[in-house]
Amino acid sequence: MADDRDRDSTEVAVAEFHKKIKEAFEVFDHESNNTVDVREVGTIIRSLGCCPSEGELHDLIAEVEEEEPTGYIRFEKFLPVMTEVLLERRYRPIPEDILLRAFEVLDPAKRGFLSKDELIKYMTEEGEPFSQEEMEEMLSAAIDPESNSIHYKDYITMMVIDEN
Amino acid sequence: MNTPNLEDMGCGTSSATKDKKSEKALKAALVIQNWYRGYSARLKTRQRYALTIFQSIEYADEQGQLQLSNFFSFMLENYTNVPEKEPGLVTRLFGSSIQDKDRQDYLGLIEIPDSYCGPRLQFPLTFTDIDLLIEAFKQQQILHAYYVLEVLFETKKVLQQMPNFTHTNTSPSKEITICGDLHGKLDDLFLIFYKNGLPSVTNPYVFNGDFVDRGKNSMEILMILFVSFLVYPNDLHLNRGNHEDFMMNMRYGFTKEILHKYKMRSVLMPPIPMDGDRAEKKNKLGTATVALGIRTSGSFSEQLTKQEWEQVIDILWSDPRGKRGCYPNTNRGGGCYFGPDITSKILNKYQLKMLVRSHECKPEGYEICHDGKVITVFSASNYYEEGSNRGAYIRMSSGTTPRFFQYQITKATCFRPLYQRVNAIESSAIRMLKERMISRKTDLIRAFQLQDRNKSGKLSMGQWAFSMENVLGLNLPWRSLSSHLVTTDKDGNIDYMSGFQDVHIQKPVKEVQSSLIETVYRYRSDLQIIFNIIDSDHSGLISMEEFRSMWRLFKSHYSVHIDDSQFDELAERMDLNKDGSIDFNEFLKAFYVVHKFDQLNKSDTKLA
Repeated sequence: MADDRDRDSTEVAVAEFHKKIKEAFEVFDHESNNTVDVREVGTIIRSLGCCPSEGELHDLIAEVEEEEPTGYIRFEKFLPVMTEVLLERRYRPIPEDILLRAFEVLDPAKRGFLSKDELIKYMTEEGEPFSQEEMEEMLSAAIDPESNSIHYKDYITMMVIDEN
Repeated sequence: MNTPNLEDMGCGTSSATKDKKSEKALKAALVIQNWYRGYSARLKTRQRYALTIFQSIEYADEQGQLQLSNFFSFMLENYTNVPEKEPGLVTRLFGSSIQDKDRQDYLGLIEIPDSYCGPRLQFPLTFTDIDLLIEAFKQQQILHAYYVLEVLFETKKVLQQMPNFTHTNTSPSKEITICGDLHGKLDDLFLIFYKNGLPSVTNPYVFNGDFVDRGKNSMEILMILFVSFLVYPNDLHLNRGNHEDFMMNMRYGFTKEILHKYKMRSVLMPPIPMDGDRAEKKNKLGTATVALGIRTSGSFSEQLTKQEWEQVIDILWSDPRGKRGCYPNTNRGGGCYFGPDITSKILNKYQLKMLVRSHECKPEGYEICHDGKVITVFSASNYYEEGSNRGAYIRMSSGTTPRFFQYQITKATCFRPLYQRVNAIESSAIRMLKERMISRKTDLIRAFQLQDRNKSGKLSMGQWAFSMENVLGLNLPWRSLSSHLVTTDKDGNIDYMSGFQDVHIQKPVKEVQSSLIETVYRYRSDLQIIFNIIDSDHSGLISMEEFRSMWRLFKSHYSVHIDDSQFDELAERMDLNKDGSIDFNEFLKAFYVVHKFDQLNKSDTKLA
């Protein structure tokens, strides 16, 4: 009995995930032919609440691409892969406190801020580096133009409020 | 999270602490980058959703527009008073052709006062007149109705002699520029001319229609384009869009703009002794004449067969899609969707290389589809809302690939950060959506309750989304939008009444049923158009009798189930009765949505 109930609830969950994935996919399906540009797949996956790294994203795309990459991803291939990701709760987002601690690591002197140059250096040289566009985008919202620095605690709070 | 193996990094013989430090920094950077990319993606998606909402609602309104056209046919068949009482009504609805011999009659009615300090055109027009107009419009001057009429008559005369298809030649030294919808956005046209140069023999242009409606300078755009056309008839090409239509103009703002700029400003001023006929003509100037200036083939009941009219709709309303074949455009309610196979077939048949069209707003100002054979170009930036989209134009010549130029007009001197812009368009879109919801509140609640067997006040996400889509007729990502519209409990179930809690329609009179209020609110644009058309002398008043019979007709055509007595009572109680006439603008203005968290009281100022 318990197994039946579990199965039912999983089926319901899967059905709901399917609908959610379809919605997210359709918004980027400009020609309404069940395909999206491969360059938008990362955005779709992230819009569903997952936070894969660039490396993980690259692997995911390889899974959903055609054998001969066409530059487009078909919904039929995307759906099962994405459903698994959601069911397994993979690539969970970073909690706010971990994010804060990450900034604090880059600010060992505990000034409460990072200079513009410091942020640029870390974001474009370390980890999975930002493109110039990504860097400019982040700076436009994060930077305090008077001090030319990023008060990261305020920045994080602002972003979190914005998302909620 | 994958952290690269430090040994692979070839750090050489750094000390252990240095390695550990850089490893920590690396991990921290990864965390921040990962978080930021997720955040950025969600921002872009929110922007997309907002655009989808705007577009869905726009197309649903267009459906409403076509339904209104049907209503007028229905009305003429059923409104028995009309033919005897109001011969003018038929002509107003379906246009009349003003002959050129009328031209002097019209122009004779108007005198330009000495006090007029706006631009003065000199016929025959030359490029100096184009410059003159542009400078004047930059100073926000208004062109006198006399010149407007002259330009319209001239343009009509020239257009009538032209065939439906125009062939033009280009070469690498004479590229042609193609622009899409402008919709009354004068700043965009100025920007295009600034970046790309004014039209001339060496700088030809094609404008793909939809010059008017929505923006506030439809008249100015039209004047600049028509004057340029008259100066360079072989090098400035104007194509008709679906907004070059007098019914569309009544709903989407051009008519209102004209009435506001020309009636209020007294540019059509007497003193001219008038008999009844002339008064009729004079007031017609505000609306019918200008619209007819655009119409190249006269009224549809006189000159176009039903089949021709359907062809016109197909050309002006259709959209390309990825699915093969040709099928009805259900979003807009007119025209069709055509697939890549159709495009190939037609292009091959007429030995054409590509189709450049407009009609659809694109976030980047243009979009290429059907394997590069169809280009959509849209030139009104910030069309739905500040920050909603870029505009674009194309330069091309035979033998070269098209080049695209994008832009975005912005009021601020520097761009606001992305998240602020997204917040703005998102709020605007959600607001519009909530107004839709409240206008269908009764139907929505009925649909929800049908599914809510236990009367718990809650539905699953699937059930709620299903009802929303069905009742509102909007194909939107409801699950993703639900967080903006309703409250969800910890089990993921939706409290469906929560969607109505911070909006309501202002009740002009307390005792009247909500369903009636909702219905009038929902159809307020249609009702306004209908009443305006009946209001033959543009006084803003119609007789109580006309008001009531129009409502009954409307009710029957739109299958609205409201008691007649309710409606009569509402009209009476609102006490807008002025000697047996009703001020219908005041009547309709009284129906508006109040958003609880608004600083302003009126959310729907467009009706004013």
